[in-house]
Amino acid sequence: MSTSDQQASPPRLGVPELLIGVGLLACAGAVAWQTLAIPVSPLYSKVGPRVFPYITMAGMIVLSLLLIVAALRGGWQPEEEKETPTDWKAMGLVVAGLVANLLLIQPLGFTVASVVMFVLVCFGFGSRHPLRDALLGLVLALAAYFGFARALGVNIGAGLIENQLNVLINAVLGIGKG
Amino acid sequence: MDTLGYLAHGFAVAFTPTNLLWCLLGTTLGTAIGVLPGLGPALTIALLLPITYQVAPEASFILFAGIYYGAMYGGSTTSILLNTPGESATIVTALEGNRMARSGRGGAALATSAIGSFVAGTIGTLGVAFLAPIVVKFALAFGPAEYFSLMVLAFITVSAVLGSSSVRGLTSLFVGFVIGMIGVDLQTGQPRFTFGMGELLDGVDVIVVAVGLFAVGETLYMASRRYAGKDEIVPLKGSLYMTAAEWARSWKPWLRGAAIGFPIGAMPAGGAEIPTFLSYAIEKKLSRHKEEFGTVGAIEGVAGPEAANNASAAGVLVPMLTLGLPTSATAAIMLSAFQSYGINPGPLLLTTQANLVWGLIASLFIANVILVILNLPLIGLWVRLLKIPAPQLYAGILVFATVGTYGISQSPIDLVILYLLGAAGFLMRRFDFPTAPVIIGMILGPLAETQFRRAMTIANGDWTVFYRHPLSLTLLSLALIGLVGPHIWAWIEHRRTRGPEHVPGDA
Repeated sequence: MSTSDQQASPPRLGVPELLIGVGLLACAGAVAWQTLAIPVSPLYSKVGPRVFPYITMAGMIVLSLLLIVAALRGGWQPEEEKETPTDWKAMGLVVAGLVANLLLIQPLGFTVASVVMFVLVCFGFGSRHPLRDALLGLVLALAAYFGFARALGVNIGAGLIENQLNVLINAVLGIGKG
Repeated sequence: MDTLGYLAHGFAVAFTPTNLLWCLLGTTLGTAIGVLPGLGPALTIALLLPITYQVAPEASFILFAGIYYGAMYGGSTTSILLNTPGESATIVTALEGNRMARSGRGGAALATSAIGSFVAGTIGTLGVAFLAPIVVKFALAFGPAEYFSLMVLAFITVSAVLGSSSVRGLTSLFVGFVIGMIGVDLQTGQPRFTFGMGELLDGVDVIVVAVGLFAVGETLYMASRRYAGKDEIVPLKGSLYMTAAEWARSWKPWLRGAAIGFPIGAMPAGGAEIPTFLSYAIEKKLSRHKEEFGTVGAIEGVAGPEAANNASAAGVLVPMLTLGLPTSATAAIMLSAFQSYGINPGPLLLTTQANLVWGLIASLFIANVILVILNLPLIGLWVRLLKIPAPQLYAGILVFATVGTYGISQSPIDLVILYLLGAAGFLMRRFDFPTAPVIIGMILGPLAETQFRRAMTIANGDWTVFYRHPLSLTLLSLALIGLVGPHIWAWIEHRRTRGPEHVPGDA
């Protein structure tokens, strides 16, 4: 008896999928709010700047409802994704690295911020040699900084290390030219 | 001038020493990022977009095209030796290629994939050179209404027809639309979706979106999946030279793969998944060595899909160069490079920018030659690249992600947006939403809106313009069929097979 009951039971609700559907619906709401905030001149009534946002909003509402229906029917995650537990510790360390980069890049410059991020991310991925990683990160960050800043002409936030090296390089080039 | 004349002119452009160097640099870099898991051509070209402020358009497009082709070659190496497809287009290569490597025939698998890529890439590039002028003649008849309908068709095929779910594909596309609309509306000067933030008036840079989705999202995903099984590198065994028997088994799949890949790539649908899977299915059916498929690995199953993959990569350039219609994330980012130079890809591009277009096409032939050399005699170098440990690889990717993003305007706001998009990219990867439609929607959405408003203005606000023009109606009907057709078909199939299973009264 109980086995037949189990077979007849409705598919389980896909909770993360439901959250995604609801989240998308909220995004559609944000789109509606921002669309209403677009000033429209009455002279420009034919196809103004609001038409496409409204079409996009309508599409997002329909899609989010379809996602919610799919979530209520049990979600769409493949079994292997569901079965593999998420490594929260590793993810947390990567996020910590990203946040550290964001907070340090202005006060201390790109290189220092990158080295801190590099070490944290390596640690998150299971590397247990923070000193070696720091050295590697330093070399990579300086290569990236001078590759981009000098070769591509992209301005990346310079800190103490970069400024000292720039002075040094300019001095060497100056001597070379002189 | 006819195509051959233009092509000769293109070779004159491509054979200058500096442009040859750009081609060499692009192909080397492309192979490297193709080999490295977690890096792809879309991300790499996005990171290198600032180069468009520094060098001539010919140079940067030769570089980008080299990266684009190189990633296809490099991706197959990873698939064969590591069983982790570097690109979605090389999933099929991993099926047979990795089995061949495990049974000690990795050398032959790499050789057939590199030579097949060369053969198909060359055929595909010839296809671009000869098909593009024909498409241009056709495209000159297009008005804004037709362009808009064509873009709608491309939106549907890219997001709804390909991939595992049309709802999730379209969701990605619409997210891309929203990102594309952020900033000042070019026609009225009104700010849109800026949430009152001055930083958003210029819009969100495609670099930030590509880097967020592909680099930060991918790194977060890989960190979260550490408990999943790891793939081991299969040591490279066996000669890199194919035996006569292997040549005999390879050349037909190469040609068939090219014949399947190029037309599908050139259609405004794009995507390399369908042609590679199609080629695999055909080779499996035609092969006289069916017992090798799925067991020790069949060389046909590597040769055909690899050829199809490279030919379709060439095909994607046809709608991109002639119609300004990108059908892959990489093509969309290349389109934004055109925009950065103030060039609008479209039917006039081939004549107004003859140096650029034909130089680019000629450099693709050269890139193919360089790539087959880079990927056969020098294969040992790339295998070594596979041994970079994951922690340092992903940490390094994030350092370059910071460089690319923070370098745009030295604004921490850009980093915040980057991380938000990275979180979105992680969720998309985890819950099986395709990411390419976001990039395509973001780049192509504003262009579609412009054509839409232009068409409506010409027609005095009359909506019927989109179905009164026969060509536009045809394109929109195709889009509708693409959207609804598969569902109706699945429903009919379901009804047909359902009948006997659900007979009531199981007692």
